[in-house]
Amino acid sequence: MKPFAYTRPGSAAEAVREVAVEPGAVFLAGGTNLVDHLKLGVARPDLVVDVRTLTSREITDLPDGGLRLGAASTNSEVTADRRVRERYPVLAQALLAGATGQLRNAATTGGNPLQRTRCVYFQDVTTRCNKREPGSGCSAVGGYTRYHAVLGVGSAMPDPTAPETCIATHPSDMAVALTALDAQVQVLGPAGERTIPFGELHRLPGDHPSRDTVLEHGELITAVDLPPLPSGARSAYRKVRDRASYAFALVSVAAVVAGEDVRIALGGMAHRPWRATRAEALLTGGPLTEHAVAHAMEVELTAAQPQPGLEGGNGFKIPLATRTVVATLRDLTAEALR
Amino acid sequence: MDAEISLTVDGVPRRLTVDTRTTLLDLLRERLGNTSPKKGCDHGQCGACTVLLDGERALSCLALAVAHDGAEVTTADGLATEGELHPVQQAFLDRDAFQCGYCTPGQICSAVGLLREVDRGWPSHASADLTADPQLTAAEVAERMSGNLCRCAAYAHIVPAVQQAGGVQP
Ligand SMILES: Cc1cc2nc3c(=O)[nH]c(=O)nc-3n(C[C@H](O)[C@H](O)[C@H](O)COP(=O)(O)OP(=O)(O)OC[C@H]3O[C@@H](n4cnc5c(N)ncnc54)[C@H](O)[C@@H]3O)c2cc1C
Ligand code: SF4
Ligand code: FES
Ligand code: FES
Repeated sequence: MKPFAYTRPGSAAEAVREVAVEPGAVFLAGGTNLVDHLKLGVARPDLVVDVRTLTSREITDLPDGGLRLGAASTNSEVTADRRVRERYPVLAQALLAGATGQLRNAATTGGNPLQRTRCVYFQDVTTRCNKREPGSGCSAVGGYTRYHAVLGVGSAMPDPTAPETCIATHPSDMAVALTALDAQVQVLGPAGERTIPFGELHRLPGDHPSRDTVLEHGELITAVDLPPLPSGARSAYRKVRDRASYAFALVSVAAVVAGEDVRIALGGMAHRPWRATRAEALLTGGPLTEHAVAHAMEVELTAAQPQPGLEGGNGFKIPLATRTVVATLRDLTAEALR
Repeated sequence: MDAEISLTVDGVPRRLTVDTRTTLLDLLRERLGNTSPKKGCDHGQCGACTVLLDGERALSCLALAVAHDGAEVTTADGLATEGELHPVQQAFLDRDAFQCGYCTPGQICSAVGLLREVDRGWPSHASADLTADPQLTAAEVAERMSGNLCRCAAYAHIVPAVQQAGGVQP
């Protein structure tokens, strides 16, 4: 592991200043992703700025009836919170479907959405990877694509040597739930505070696959706000994986049904949590019959590009996503969908 | 780069100078000679390095020692009090819940943490009702212990051991 300096400043504002002026600096929270990357050589910082004790660890009521999750609250603390379990089951379920008890005790509200892809090539410094080493190419194309994207990628078999190619998925379960909940991210940066709608936090690869989010260097997440849901709203998270526990999603679905309003976010499908806006528009106001949901998802997925590769590639994700959305909405609207 | 930290390990206060890169796992094993937490994968994937960090179960391989200055660490080695085994340790013996024993200190620390989580009503992926008090069923134990792999596959005995330690007749 490359040597690095470690510091725990006196305040969040000081931590932001320290990172902003040092290009080789990173924030450290629970460390469950960053420490792994230090060992793998994927992260090679000169300075590690520990913010775990600098942001709030509290979960507090907001005046509008929502909840504020301090960035240092752990994934375990969020799922243990009765208000989260009662009012935002989709979030509690997403967190409980991720990682393990030990990891959730360390992982934080700020760190979880910023964990990096689990693309096997990204984690292996001996391979070409545009995300890890901009311009080096993408080893995943035609390789092991089982956990890779089908949405937001230009074509089946993009050019593996092009600097913009990246077919990675974002691995966070929590982020998919926060996308469906229309959460708001509170950020402190060198230029002051700003609020980012959660659905705009993560990026598609575009011309810069190395950038996962719209955060600038030195911007610190201080809290995530959950807006109130209308009374009678129901929500759920469903995750499909290769093992029953302790595995990342192949495909996952976060859904919120509130009266006429239907919100659907997909995990495991794209470089960022994927809000299924086309399907939502078709389903809003209409009856959520199995047929209507399947049709809406087929429309949503018309642009999907299955990636060929080892073990049959990832084309299975397209029908799987539709089936998973149908099942999630069927559970949420048990009577209506029969 | 070096940093000075204080830790309480199994009840003993320690003051140490550590390289900033040192994980809690390497500090326990290499510096303090406490080999009860094991290095299985060193990447958060097996649970063999599980300890109790300020009372909660945690992976010592993914924790930088410098980031836990002032923490209280309990390893499986420190669970017994005055020659008396911890109820989880006793249950693992009673139920023959290990074969080679390599994963066992991590399994035991994880189970101690799990029982406290269940006592506080924390739900799991196996809980049908997120707001009800969790019951220590086999399915609940299996899900909550999924972060502790056992290469000998002693799972069939580990689950009842955890249930016994939790006061439930398996
Ligand atoms: C074996 C294993 C299995 C896992 N399984 C799953 C799973 O099934 N589902 C899932 O969702 N996750 C899973 N995870 C990932 C885990 O959820 C993340 O590692 C964790 O949530 C990251 O949070 P952290 O606080 O530890 O972040 P850290 O590792 O401390 O940081 C992660 C990143 O976020 C940055 N950062 C941290 N806090 C802030 C902040 N406040 N503001 C700005 N930047 C910040 C850091 O600089 C770093 O780049 C798994 C991890 C492991 C090791
Ligand atoms: S998919 Fe993205 S992360 Fe994976 S090798 Fe290609 S560029 Fe790297
Ligand atoms: S050694 Fe820590 S989880 Fe495997
Ligand atoms: S008893 Fe051998 S690895 Fe678990």
